[in-house]
Amino acid sequence: MNTLIAITGLGIFCLLFEILNFRKGIVPFTILGLLGVLALNFYEFGTTASYYNNMVAVNKFSSAFSSLFIILTIFLVALSHNFYENHQTKISDYVAIKVFLLAGAVAMVSFGNLAMFFLGIEILSIALYVLAASDRLNIKSNEAGMKYFLMGSFASGIILFGICLIYGAMGTFDIAEIHESSLSAELPIWFPIGMILMTIGMLFKIAAVPFHFWAPDVYEGSPALTTALMSTLAKVVAIATLYKLAEGLNLIPSLENQDLSNTFINVVLTISIASMTVGNIMALRQVNVKRMLAFSGISHAGFMLMTFLTIATSAGILLYYTAAYALAGIAAFSVILYVCKNQDNEDITNFHGLGKTNPLLAAILTGSLLSMAGIPIFSGFFAKLFLFDQALHAGYVAIVIVAVINSIISVGYYFKLILAMYSKEPNEERTGKPFLIYAVAVISIGLNIALGLFPSLVLDLLN
Amino acid sequence: MNVSLILIILLVGAFITYFAGDKLASKVALFFSLAALGCSVVLLNHFNTGENISLINAWINQPKISFALNADGLALAMLLLTTALTPVIIFSSFGNEYKNAKAFYALILFMAFAMTGTFLAADGLLYYIFWELALVPIYFIALIWGNGDAEERRKAVVKFFIYTLAGSLFMLTAFIYLYQKAGSFLIEDLYKVQLSACEQLWIFLAFFLAYAIKIPIIPFHTWQANVYQKAPTVGTMLLSGIMLKMGLYSVIRWQLPIAPLAAKEYMNIFIALGIAGVIYGSIVALRQKDLKKLLAYSSLAHVGLIAAGSYTLTLDGFRGAVLQMIAHGFVVVGLFYAAEIIYRRFETRDIAALGGIRAQSPKFTSMFLILVLASVALPTTFNFIGEFTVLYSLSQINIWFAVLGGTTIILGAYYMLKMFQNVMLGETNSKTFADVSINEGISLAAIIAVLIFFGFYPKPITDLITPSLETILNVINKN
Repeated sequence: MNTLIAITGLGIFCLLFEILNFRKGIVPFTILGLLGVLALNFYEFGTTASYYNNMVAVNKFSSAFSSLFIILTIFLVALSHNFYENHQTKISDYVAIKVFLLAGAVAMVSFGNLAMFFLGIEILSIALYVLAASDRLNIKSNEAGMKYFLMGSFASGIILFGICLIYGAMGTFDIAEIHESSLSAELPIWFPIGMILMTIGMLFKIAAVPFHFWAPDVYEGSPALTTALMSTLAKVVAIATLYKLAEGLNLIPSLENQDLSNTFINVVLTISIASMTVGNIMALRQVNVKRMLAFSGISHAGFMLMTFLTIATSAGILLYYTAAYALAGIAAFSVILYVCKNQDNEDITNFHGLGKTNPLLAAILTGSLLSMAGIPIFSGFFAKLFLFDQALHAGYVAIVIVAVINSIISVGYYFKLILAMYSKEPNEERTGKPFLIYAVAVISIGLNIALGLFPSLVLDLLN
Repeated sequence: MNVSLILIILLVGAFITYFAGDKLASKVALFFSLAALGCSVVLLNHFNTGENISLINAWINQPKISFALNADGLALAMLLLTTALTPVIIFSSFGNEYKNAKAFYALILFMAFAMTGTFLAADGLLYYIFWELALVPIYFIALIWGNGDAEERRKAVVKFFIYTLAGSLFMLTAFIYLYQKAGSFLIEDLYKVQLSACEQLWIFLAFFLAYAIKIPIIPFHTWQANVYQKAPTVGTMLLSGIMLKMGLYSVIRWQLPIAPLAAKEYMNIFIALGIAGVIYGSIVALRQKDLKKLLAYSSLAHVGLIAAGSYTLTLDGFRGAVLQMIAHGFVVVGLFYAAEIIYRRFETRDIAALGGIRAQSPKFTSMFLILVLASVALPTTFNFIGEFTVLYSLSQINIWFAVLGGTTIILGAYYMLKMFQNVMLGETNSKTFADVSINEGISLAAIIAVLIFFGFYPKPITDLITPSLETILNVINKN
């Protein structure tokens, strides 16, 4: 709870900076502030408490994921400095929006009440709509913002409808009370319908097949830093929230009817397989790197959904997987930001010869792609390993085989980018070595490798 | 003192090489590879005095993965192969100029690190990690420093990477499945798992896919010739000299003891696949016009025979296979090096364009001839011992296997000697061919010395590997 308050306070401070005309210091100040919040969050780790009539319920799950979100936001704020160089007058707005977005994200994983849950979603989503359209003179960014807004508000509407139905069935918004009454044998039909609607709405936010159509266009049109935010932070937040929702509302065991429970498993299996396959196959054909990463993100959403098959025991694995994926994503996007600065698109041709002109960043991008492809020693490999291990343990052999085949397919497009960097001739010289971009890239890939060397640090956090 | 020391030397060496800069990189890399060699000889002595040089450390609690390195005779033999060939390979590259040399030599050392780890790992997952890690450096070595048309090279290398990765991911699935049964990835525990015949077959096939692609056994060999041709010679040496031995070693170490029932049941099929590789490789080699491609196909034939020997599940088969792995490792590195020496002077590998070298460079000719003869398993060379032990074990299974496998020697003699005739003999070439330089001579002489010394006196190696092979054979025959 203190984390949430601190983050909101920090966001308001950021706005004050604008008024006090102290724009230069905003990025370092926010990073320091977020580090403080992170420390506070670590300090509170392990305490279980609920506030305001159980509106906010803090537990290990929420603090662990909050830490991940804060770390990701620190990286994203650090990248802002260079990205908004040409928009000096707006930088405090953008940074403040990111901090508020983080507040929404933290609220989403620490909700104890469906009202709080919805509030979190909206704080996060509205911030994202603004960021998607933030390059307001660019028609593509406008299009992306509009598309995202329409799709996102549609999804929010569905979620809200689902919440209403659950309220109708249970007479309460409180998660614990819903959980309790869901154990009784006789459940009104509204309850499963409401759950399904909420799940569908969240799958929109996660961009899982068949609710993924907005993602590639929005990712491509949005400013690159916003795309980085969407594909790392926003995706991780959405999947963690859905996990908490499914676990907290006791979704699977509450379906006393064995048929319904099996149906839910089948739905998860289908969506997961469809996401990873469609995402991977579509990614093979992309020439725009942001679009490619959008489809790769869709396929990773499929992998993450596999944790729902063993929902009682997979929280640690989900945390590990999302951390590995998001850190690799941050590293990749910081290189993309560097390479595609002052370019009007993010096509793969921009990366030609990066291995010669800038070996360090090329190596970092290679590392992050290898992590996403699941090559050891990067943490992406261990994430997949733990996931497969857990799924096989529960007896889901078929989906593991599909996932393995998908891992092979994914190598195809990740390596397209690696090949472009190392085997093509460079087409232009880039000058300048922005310190913050280098720092973010090195630290995030370093954290990724550290997670690979010591997986137990994160994995055992939630057990 | 334990075997992790060698891994540390190679890994640290890779980093120091990278930071030493382009000028010093090759020398630093040579220094560290020699240090690793020296260290492995010292470890061998410790091992022979009965000291325990293995290592087990817990690494990840859940799932239970340990950092376990096991050095028995077999692993030590492969370790010595790696650490002995790495300096030779690095030294052989001294005549060439490489762009961005620091990265090149760092990748070589890193690859040696990963391959050493593969041979030593005694935990299934650790083994898998090293196995995959070895793939990354060779990918970049072949891609960036390779020769020939860039577009074709890219295709060949990507095919190679995706192919091998696909195979090994199925192996990973098999390991995870085994973990569910055994509750641990440690090799002793995996040996103990009781599996039904059906499960064993699937596990066996998953392993087979990974190894058959790496070795390669037909019909999974299609990546090989192109990659061997396109990769820089150093990469080809690493691939053919050491990396494909990873596959053969893993057959003996992992595949057969874990799924012995399946291995016994379908033994004939896999021996036949190996033999088919022998015949196919030999026949295709007959028709090659490119020197490196010819050597690639001859290598396909030889490893087919080694694989067939391993699948016989007899002590002779195993022993012959391991001896031949080591012998082939040295001879193939020597042959590719000879091809490189010719290429340095004539800038072509087209057999038809060569010829008449003998008159100008007697020293090189005689060294090359010894290598060619060793490669066709002439008695008194190391290869003779390996190949004949394998053929003997095949004849115990079925005499026809031995007869067909023997074609490797007959056809091999034919295409290798024909190649030698076309490349070295004939009219004096119009271009001048300088005889071997001192550096080149040292590398070739070292390889030839090893081949001939162990040809006369293979006992040290057989003594080293036999106990561990017997242990593995006991595991196979236990159930």
